[in-house]
Amino acid sequence: MAAAKEIRTKIRSIQNTQKITKAMQMVAASKMRRAQERMQATRPYAEKMVQVIGHVAGATSDETHSYLKPRAEVKRVGIILVSTDRGLCGGLNVNLFKAAVKEIAQWKEQGVEVDVCVFGRKGAGFANRLRDVNVIAEQSNLGDRPALTDVIGSVQTMLAAYDDGKVDRVLLIGNQFVNTMTQKPTVQQLIPAVAGDDLSSDHSWDYLYEPSAGEVLDTLLNRYIESQVYQGLVENVACEMAARMIAMKSATDNAGNLISELQLVYNKARQAAITQEIAEIVGGAAALS
Amino acid sequence: MANTIRVEVVSAEGHMFDGDAEMVVAAATQGEVGVAAGHAPFISPLRPGDIRIINDGDDEQHFYVSGGVIEVQPKLITILADTAVRASDLDEAEIVKAKERAEALIKDRNTTVDLATAQSELVELAAQLQAIRKLKKTR
Repeated sequence: MAAAKEIRTKIRSIQNTQKITKAMQMVAASKMRRAQERMQATRPYAEKMVQVIGHVAGATSDETHSYLKPRAEVKRVGIILVSTDRGLCGGLNVNLFKAAVKEIAQWKEQGVEVDVCVFGRKGAGFANRLRDVNVIAEQSNLGDRPALTDVIGSVQTMLAAYDDGKVDRVLLIGNQFVNTMTQKPTVQQLIPAVAGDDLSSDHSWDYLYEPSAGEVLDTLLNRYIESQVYQGLVENVACEMAARMIAMKSATDNAGNLISELQLVYNKARQAAITQEIAEIVGGAAALS
Repeated sequence: MANTIRVEVVSAEGHMFDGDAEMVVAAATQGEVGVAAGHAPFISPLRPGDIRIINDGDDEQHFYVSGGVIEVQPKLITILADTAVRASDLDEAEIVKAKERAEALIKDRNTTVDLATAQSELVELAAQLQAIRKLKKTR
């Protein structure tokens, strides 16, 4: 019966693991719903912002802002990487880091240096492991409900680096929430801001800027970048929860399969032990008579 | 029907307003601006204050924004607000209390609270109060 007892302990330990993964799945599911709502609430703002920036970038103005003009020579790029704080969310971070590594490798090939600004603990660990990449800012422990104020510090560091000419281009790498099953790592160019391609002939007007073009563009572009990064963060939370829910669901299912297999082995071992015992008794009785 | 223009008010928390209007009055940094249909393309930051969206003479919508940007295109007015609240959702008594607190903080300079934060808070609260009082007048 020794083998049977061992199997029973194993089953019990898997059952406990299953309970944990099941709980995590349910927590992630309910958090995902809320994160998705938040993401949808902030999306119109970010999208409108992109449209407005597209118009401004496409406007036939003499006045332009340094965030709108591509620099002739790119010596160093700044990458804002948005990742999660916690693990156990399937391949979400791994896929994101793969995309980041690919992007960084492309720049390196052209002899361009890379500065990174990371959000999330997982990304911080990843960026610190990368060689020949300079981490200039790091922000972790943002929680499930990131606030706009969490973004501003790190973003300002990146913008200051751009203003000082330390970086010549700023990219945002983050997860895009397609649906619960799919999250896609995306690379988006923040600076220089690009004019939207959906605008055709109807944007040939120029704006009246009040108080002055420089001031308006400054406020607008700062807000634009903050809102894009913030949207990235909010979206990343939704991605994290969805990915965790799926990962935990498959873990729970796997545990269930393992338990039923072990149960079968256990039943067989128990039956074998009983059969053997009966055979021994019958054998003993036969020897006596 | 008079000339109308499409207006969208979007804040970081979601869509606030989407519809046609005859005129929009907003508090830009350089002073109040009224934008009617057919206005030249125009863009300006907003200061804390109220936004009035006027349609059909007496149908008025009031919003309070804590700052943002107004963009006027030939056929569309977009207001990107940092935070926007329907003025009717503001609670006057609460705001008066908060304003008094902020004023007390500014007077009491020994506290650790940053003077600049308290002052900007005061400006916001004053603007909120103004928005709510304007709304009451129009009713």
